[in-house]
Amino acid sequence: MNGAHDMGGMAGLGELPLQDDEPVFHARWEARVLALTLAAGAWGKWNIDRSRHARERIPGPDYLAMPYYGKWCAGLVRLLLEEGMVSAAELASGRPDPSAAVATPRFTADRVAAALRRGGPTIRPLDCQPRFELGEAVRARNINPEGHTRLPRYVRGHAGVIERLHGAHVFPDDNAHGRGENPQPLYTVRFAARDLWGPSAGPNDSVRLDLWEDYLEPA
Amino acid sequence: MAHDDPDTHPAFDIADQVEALESLLVAKGLVAPDALDAIIATYETEIGPQNGARVVARAWSDPAYKARLLVDATAAIAELGYEGRQGEHMVAVENTPQVHNLIVCTLCSCYPWPVLGLPPEWYKSNAYRSRAVIDPRGVLAEFGTHVPEAVEIRVWDSTAEIRYLVLPQRPAGTDGLNEEELAALVTRDTMIGVALVQAPGA
Repeated sequence: MNGAHDMGGMAGLGELPLQDDEPVFHARWEARVLALTLAAGAWGKWNIDRSRHARERIPGPDYLAMPYYGKWCAGLVRLLLEEGMVSAAELASGRPDPSAAVATPRFTADRVAAALRRGGPTIRPLDCQPRFELGEAVRARNINPEGHTRLPRYVRGHAGVIERLHGAHVFPDDNAHGRGENPQPLYTVRFAARDLWGPSAGPNDSVRLDLWEDYLEPA
Repeated sequence: MAHDDPDTHPAFDIADQVEALESLLVAKGLVAPDALDAIIATYETEIGPQNGARVVARAWSDPAYKARLLVDATAAIAELGYEGRQGEHMVAVENTPQVHNLIVCTLCSCYPWPVLGLPPEWYKSNAYRSRAVIDPRGVLAEFGTHVPEAVEIRVWDSTAEIRYLVLPQRPAGTDGLNEEELAALVTRDTMIGVALVQAPGA
């Protein structure tokens, strides 16, 4: 979706909030949101692409203004509601519906270290012939999906060069919407900065993105 | 100003909201409080840029390790015990006298957690996400980092699940340092590419 989150190349979005000796969390609630998101995610009711899309669907003006973990919190609440893990009434009252079943957490403290160490690899067997070769000229397709995509607007329609093949990876545009993992070849594509931004860009500079095969066409 | 006005007390409001959400999820048996504490403790104490600094120091000290790191960073980083969430597929990119690398995630906040921990506020900011790809030299200047025009700046936008670690240049005058001493020179910002490693005493 062409949302506010897709901000590469924009101007006027404020100052860099630089600070010395920044703590990992600036307030207790930030830490709790991070932990709640990971712990609730351990039920496996959603995947990383869907959770990203939940944050992207925050209305643009709010998205741009909200603190970082505020967006995480809003995304988590949306997913909990969509999955029926909590109800709107429970959120409003802060108390569980007495008639609802109480679960037993499976993701306990003793499982945290192993789960974080395992992560969630997205590479899958490459069972097709990749369409593009290293060094081949390609163009990022001019597409404007209504749903989740990892093809930023700032490269659409621009030509680049295939620099690396990462094997097949889960395709976020499908995985975010429950249409399956549908893994496909993932490439690093090099774009000359001047091709993207014009003569104000450094003549030798470049931008690289990791792009799935469906995002690309021969140039 | 009333405390129930979310526009005037956003911080107060969200802290309350999160506390209420946690209480609800605990009461429903959806999360275990001790698991939450364990997650937070992990990222406050165990997983942070000190991990990436050890990777860099090893690469500076051991040419064979550096070669492995540049070919298969995921495996080379796992040799030092760092792996997992948000670092499942790692790539290390080397700064040289000809090339300077800079990491960003324009679409969200993708960042190599096992080696750098959780990202700083500026990395997640609208300003950095929007500007790093179009004006890397201007962004670097705000960090006090000046890269000569002749040096190619390579910006890596983390659009997939590949996570990037910059291997900074080893500063001159560090020949006699051991790995631990070298690691102490390597800051978080140098491994994102917004700063250069400074020689000791510089």
